[in-house]
Amino acid sequence: MKLLLVDDSSTMRRIQRNVLEKIGISDIEEASDGLEAIQKLREKPFDIVLLDWNMPNLDGLSTLKKIRATEGIKSVRVVMCTSESEKTKIIEAVKCGANNYIVKPFTPEVLKEKLHDAGVL
Amino acid sequence: MKVEYVNPFITATINTFQTMLNVRLTAEKPALKTLPFPTFDVSGIIGISGDALGSIALSFPRLVALRVVTKILGTTVKIIGPEVSDAVGELTNIVAGNAKKDLGDLHISISLPNVIIGKQHQISNPRGAQSFIVPFKCELGGLALDICLKTE
Repeated sequence: MKLLLVDDSSTMRRIQRNVLEKIGISDIEEASDGLEAIQKLREKPFDIVLLDWNMPNLDGLSTLKKIRATEGIKSVRVVMCTSESEKTKIIEAVKCGANNYIVKPFTPEVLKEKLHDAGVL
Repeated sequence: MKVEYVNPFITATINTFQTMLNVRLTAEKPALKTLPFPTFDVSGIIGISGDALGSIALSFPRLVALRVVTKILGTTVKIIGPEVSDAVGELTNIVAGNAKKDLGDLHISISLPNVIIGKQHQISNPRGAQSFIVPFKCELGGLALDICLKTE
Protein backbone atom coordinates (compact mmCIF):
# COMPACT_ATOMS: atom_id res chain seq x y z
CA MET A 1 0.00 0.00 0.00
CA LYS A 2 1.69 3.21 -1.20
CA LEU A 3 0.14 6.44 0.01
CA LEU A 4 0.78 10.05 -1.01
CA LEU A 5 0.05 12.53 1.78
CA VAL A 6 -0.63 16.03 0.43
CA ASP A 7 -0.96 18.93 2.87
CA ASP A 8 0.75 22.32 3.06
CA SER A 9 0.91 22.05 6.85
CA SER A 10 3.89 20.07 8.12
CA THR A 11 2.00 19.70 11.40
CA MET A 12 -0.91 17.96 9.71
CA ARG A 13 1.40 15.76 7.66
CA ARG A 14 3.15 14.71 10.89
CA ILE A 15 -0.14 14.00 12.69
CA GLN A 16 -1.56 12.06 9.75
CA ARG A 17 1.65 10.08 9.23
CA ASN A 18 1.61 9.02 12.89
CA VAL A 19 -1.98 7.84 12.59
CA LEU A 20 -1.38 6.07 9.27
CA GLU A 21 1.66 4.24 10.65
CA LYS A 22 -0.38 3.12 13.66
CA ILE A 23 -2.97 1.56 11.36
CA GLY A 24 -0.35 -0.25 9.33
CA ILE A 25 0.35 2.11 6.43
CA SER A 26 4.06 2.91 6.44
CA ASP A 27 4.91 3.35 2.75
CA ILE A 28 4.15 7.06 2.72
CA GLU A 29 5.46 9.95 0.64
CA GLU A 30 4.62 13.58 1.24
CA ALA A 31 3.87 16.61 -0.91
CA SER A 32 3.22 20.15 0.30
CA ASP A 33 0.94 21.31 -2.50
CA GLY A 34 -0.93 20.10 -5.58
CA LEU A 35 1.88 20.77 -8.03
CA GLU A 36 4.32 18.63 -6.06
CA ALA A 37 1.63 15.94 -5.72
CA ILE A 38 1.02 15.76 -9.50
CA GLN A 39 4.75 15.54 -10.10
CA LYS A 40 5.14 12.66 -7.65
CA LEU A 41 2.14 10.83 -9.10
CA ARG A 42 3.69 11.06 -12.57
CA GLU A 43 7.00 9.70 -11.30
CA LYS A 44 5.71 6.53 -9.63
CA PRO A 45 2.46 4.68 -8.91
CA PHE A 46 0.51 5.26 -5.69
CA ASP A 47 -2.50 3.34 -4.38
CA ILE A 48 -4.11 6.30 -2.66
CA VAL A 49 -3.77 10.05 -2.22
CA LEU A 50 -4.80 11.82 0.99
CA LEU A 51 -5.45 15.34 -0.28
CA ASP A 52 -5.91 18.63 1.58
CA TRP A 53 -8.12 21.33 0.02
CA ASN A 54 -6.72 24.74 1.00
CA MET A 55 -3.16 24.84 -0.27
CA PRO A 56 -0.96 27.37 -2.06
CA ASN A 57 0.11 27.01 -5.72
CA LEU A 58 -2.50 24.37 -6.65
CA ASP A 59 -5.40 23.73 -4.27
CA GLY A 60 -6.85 20.31 -3.52
CA LEU A 61 -9.91 20.52 -5.77
CA SER A 62 -7.86 21.71 -8.76
CA THR A 63 -5.38 18.92 -8.03
CA LEU A 64 -8.20 16.36 -7.95
CA LYS A 65 -9.55 17.62 -11.30
CA LYS A 66 -6.07 17.47 -12.81
CA ILE A 67 -5.54 13.91 -11.53
CA ARG A 68 -8.86 12.75 -13.01
CA ALA A 69 -8.00 14.35 -16.35
CA THR A 70 -4.48 12.95 -16.64
CA GLU A 71 -3.81 9.61 -18.33
CA GLY A 72 -1.72 7.26 -16.23
CA ILE A 73 -2.72 8.70 -12.88
CA LYS A 74 -6.46 9.28 -13.24
CA SER A 75 -7.55 6.02 -11.60
CA VAL A 76 -5.70 6.54 -8.30
CA ARG A 77 -8.01 6.64 -5.28
CA VAL A 78 -8.27 10.07 -3.68
CA VAL A 79 -9.57 10.86 -0.22
CA MET A 80 -10.00 14.58 0.48
CA CYS A 81 -8.87 15.46 4.00
CA THR A 82 -9.76 19.04 4.74
CA SER A 83 -11.25 21.55 7.15
CA GLU A 84 -13.82 22.54 4.47
CA SER A 85 -16.93 21.24 6.18
CA GLU A 86 -19.85 22.57 4.12
CA LYS A 87 -22.05 20.00 2.40
CA THR A 88 -21.74 21.86 -0.91
CA LYS A 89 -17.96 21.47 -0.76
CA ILE A 90 -18.22 17.74 -0.01
CA ILE A 91 -20.65 17.25 -2.92
CA GLU A 92 -18.37 19.26 -5.21
CA ALA A 93 -15.39 17.08 -4.31
CA VAL A 94 -17.33 13.85 -4.85
CA LYS A 95 -18.62 15.14 -8.22
CA CYS A 96 -15.02 15.82 -9.22
CA GLY A 97 -14.06 12.24 -8.40
CA ALA A 98 -13.10 12.08 -4.73
CA ASN A 99 -13.50 8.53 -3.38
CA ASN A 100 -14.16 9.78 0.14
CA TYR A 101 -13.99 12.90 2.29
CA ILE A 102 -12.63 13.49 5.79
CA VAL A 103 -13.32 16.69 7.69
CA LYS A 104 -10.57 17.97 9.98
CA PRO A 105 -10.27 17.66 12.91
CA PHE A 106 -10.59 13.90 12.85
CA THR A 107 -9.86 11.04 15.21
CA PRO A 108 -7.65 8.08 14.19
CA GLU A 109 -10.83 5.96 14.12
CA VAL A 110 -12.46 8.26 11.56
CA LEU A 111 -9.38 8.20 9.30
CA LYS A 112 -9.28 4.39 9.47
CA GLU A 113 -13.01 4.14 8.72
CA LYS A 114 -12.83 6.50 5.73
CA LEU A 115 -9.82 4.70 4.26
CA HIS A 116 -11.70 1.43 4.68
CA ASP A 117 -14.74 2.91 2.92
CA ALA A 118 -12.49 4.06 0.09
CA GLY A 119 -11.33 0.44 -0.35
CA VAL A 120 -7.84 0.96 1.04
CA LEU A 121 -7.91 -1.08 4.25
CA MET B 1 -22.16 41.86 12.82
CA LYS B 2 -24.76 39.45 14.20
CA VAL B 3 -23.92 37.81 17.51
CA GLU B 4 -25.27 34.48 16.20
CA TYR B 5 -22.28 34.28 13.88
CA VAL B 6 -19.97 34.07 16.90
CA ASN B 7 -21.25 30.76 18.26
CA PRO B 8 -20.16 28.52 15.32
CA PHE B 9 -16.59 29.76 15.77
CA ILE B 10 -16.68 29.09 19.53
CA THR B 11 -18.02 25.57 18.95
CA ALA B 12 -15.44 24.90 16.23
CA THR B 13 -12.58 26.05 18.50
CA ILE B 14 -13.73 23.82 21.37
CA ASN B 15 -14.22 20.86 19.00
CA THR B 16 -10.82 21.34 17.36
CA PHE B 17 -8.94 21.41 20.67
CA GLN B 18 -10.88 18.44 22.00
CA THR B 19 -10.26 16.29 18.91
CA MET B 20 -6.70 17.28 18.04
CA LEU B 21 -5.22 17.88 21.48
CA ASN B 22 -7.61 16.07 23.80
CA VAL B 23 -7.87 19.34 25.68
CA ARG B 24 -11.11 20.72 27.00
CA LEU B 25 -11.56 24.44 26.39
CA THR B 26 -13.91 26.57 28.45
CA ALA B 27 -15.24 29.63 26.67
CA GLU B 28 -15.79 32.81 28.62
CA LYS B 29 -18.41 35.37 27.64
CA PRO B 30 -17.78 36.97 24.23
CA ALA B 31 -17.20 40.73 24.43
CA LEU B 32 -17.01 43.52 21.90
CA LYS B 33 -13.38 44.38 21.32
CA THR B 34 -12.63 47.85 22.60
CA LEU B 35 -9.52 49.87 23.27
CA PRO B 36 -7.10 49.08 24.78
CA PHE B 37 -6.94 45.94 22.62
CA PRO B 38 -5.69 42.75 24.27
CA THR B 39 -2.13 41.74 23.44
CA PHE B 40 -0.70 38.35 22.48
CA ASP B 41 2.57 36.85 21.26
CA VAL B 42 1.41 34.42 18.53
CA SER B 43 -1.71 34.79 16.34
CA GLY B 44 -3.06 32.75 13.45
CA ILE B 45 -5.23 34.88 11.16
CA ILE B 46 -7.61 33.77 8.40
CA GLY B 47 -9.19 36.24 6.01
CA ILE B 48 -12.87 35.84 5.22
CA SER B 49 -14.66 36.82 2.02
CA GLY B 50 -18.00 36.12 0.36
CA ASP B 51 -21.25 37.08 2.12
CA ALA B 52 -19.16 38.54 4.92
CA LEU B 53 -15.80 40.27 4.93
CA GLY B 54 -13.36 40.15 7.79
CA SER B 55 -11.10 37.77 9.63
CA ILE B 56 -10.79 35.44 12.53
CA ALA B 57 -7.70 35.20 14.69
CA LEU B 58 -6.64 32.62 17.22
CA SER B 59 -4.19 34.24 19.62
CA PHE B 60 -1.88 32.89 22.30
CA PRO B 61 0.60 34.10 24.88
CA ARG B 62 4.06 32.69 24.10
CA LEU B 63 4.06 29.97 26.76
CA VAL B 64 0.60 28.76 25.87
CA ALA B 65 1.51 28.57 22.18
CA LEU B 66 4.54 26.41 23.07
CA ARG B 67 2.43 24.14 25.26
CA VAL B 68 -0.27 23.78 22.59
CA VAL B 69 2.22 22.90 19.86
CA THR B 70 4.10 20.53 22.17
CA LYS B 71 0.81 18.76 22.86
CA ILE B 72 -0.27 18.60 19.21
CA LEU B 73 3.07 17.28 17.96
CA GLY B 74 3.81 15.02 20.90
CA THR B 75 7.36 16.37 21.20
CA THR B 76 8.68 19.22 23.31
CA VAL B 77 8.82 22.52 21.45
CA LYS B 78 10.87 25.16 23.25
CA ILE B 79 11.18 28.01 20.76
CA ILE B 80 8.70 30.02 18.76
CA GLY B 81 9.70 29.05 15.22
CA PRO B 82 8.43 27.32 12.08
CA GLU B 83 6.77 24.46 13.99
CA VAL B 84 4.72 26.87 16.10
CA SER B 85 3.87 29.00 13.08
CA ASP B 86 2.69 26.01 11.05
CA ALA B 87 0.67 24.45 13.87
CA VAL B 88 -1.05 27.68 14.90
CA GLY B 89 -1.87 28.43 11.26
CA GLU B 90 -3.35 24.98 10.79
CA LEU B 91 -5.38 25.17 14.01
CA THR B 92 -6.83 28.49 12.86
CA ASN B 93 -7.58 27.04 9.43
CA ILE B 94 -9.43 24.09 10.96
CA VAL B 95 -11.47 26.34 13.26
CA ALA B 96 -12.51 28.60 10.37
CA GLY B 97 -13.27 25.69 8.04
CA ASN B 98 -15.37 23.93 10.64
CA ALA B 99 -17.39 27.00 11.59
CA LYS B 100 -18.44 27.55 7.95
CA LYS B 101 -20.98 24.75 7.96
CA ASP B 102 -22.90 26.29 10.89
CA LEU B 103 -23.21 29.83 9.56
CA GLY B 104 -26.63 29.24 7.99
CA ASP B 105 -27.21 31.32 4.87
CA LEU B 106 -23.93 33.13 5.27
CA HIS B 107 -21.62 31.62 2.66
CA ILE B 108 -17.99 32.53 3.17
CA SER B 109 -14.62 31.61 1.74
CA ILE B 110 -11.51 31.42 3.86
CA SER B 111 -7.97 32.40 2.97
CA LEU B 112 -4.81 30.51 3.72
CA PRO B 113 -3.64 31.30 7.27
CA ASN B 114 -1.11 33.96 8.15
CA VAL B 115 0.70 33.80 11.46
CA ILE B 116 1.93 36.81 13.38
CA ILE B 117 4.74 36.31 15.87
CA GLY B 118 5.64 39.29 17.99
CA LYS B 119 5.75 40.05 21.67
CA GLN B 120 2.54 41.68 22.91
CA HIS B 121 1.15 42.49 19.48
CA GLN B 122 -2.37 43.77 18.93
CA ILE B 123 -4.76 42.94 16.10
CA SER B 124 -6.60 45.92 14.65
CA ASN B 125 -9.66 45.57 12.45
CA PRO B 126 -10.92 47.80 9.64
CA ARG B 127 -12.67 50.98 10.72
CA GLY B 128 -16.41 50.36 11.18
CA ALA B 129 -16.04 46.60 11.52
CA GLN B 130 -17.08 45.26 14.91
CA SER B 131 -14.96 42.57 16.44
CA PHE B 132 -15.81 40.11 19.19
CA ILE B 133 -13.22 38.63 21.51
CA VAL B 134 -13.85 35.23 23.06
CA PRO B 135 -11.39 34.28 25.82
CA PHE B 136 -10.85 30.56 26.45
CA LYS B 137 -9.29 28.73 29.36
CA CYS B 138 -7.79 25.26 29.45
CA GLU B 139 -5.14 23.21 31.25
CA LEU B 140 -2.49 24.71 28.95
CA GLY B 141 -3.42 28.32 29.78
CA GLY B 142 -5.51 31.07 28.23
CA LEU B 143 -6.06 31.94 24.58
CA ALA B 144 -8.51 34.05 22.63
CA LEU B 145 -10.53 34.06 19.45
CA ASP B 146 -11.04 37.36 17.63
CA ILE B 147 -13.98 37.33 15.22
CA CYS B 148 -14.52 40.25 12.88
CA LEU B 149 -17.23 39.81 10.25
CA LYS B 150 -18.75 42.66 8.31
CA THR B 151 -22.03 41.81 6.63
CA GLU B 152 -24.28 44.01 4.47
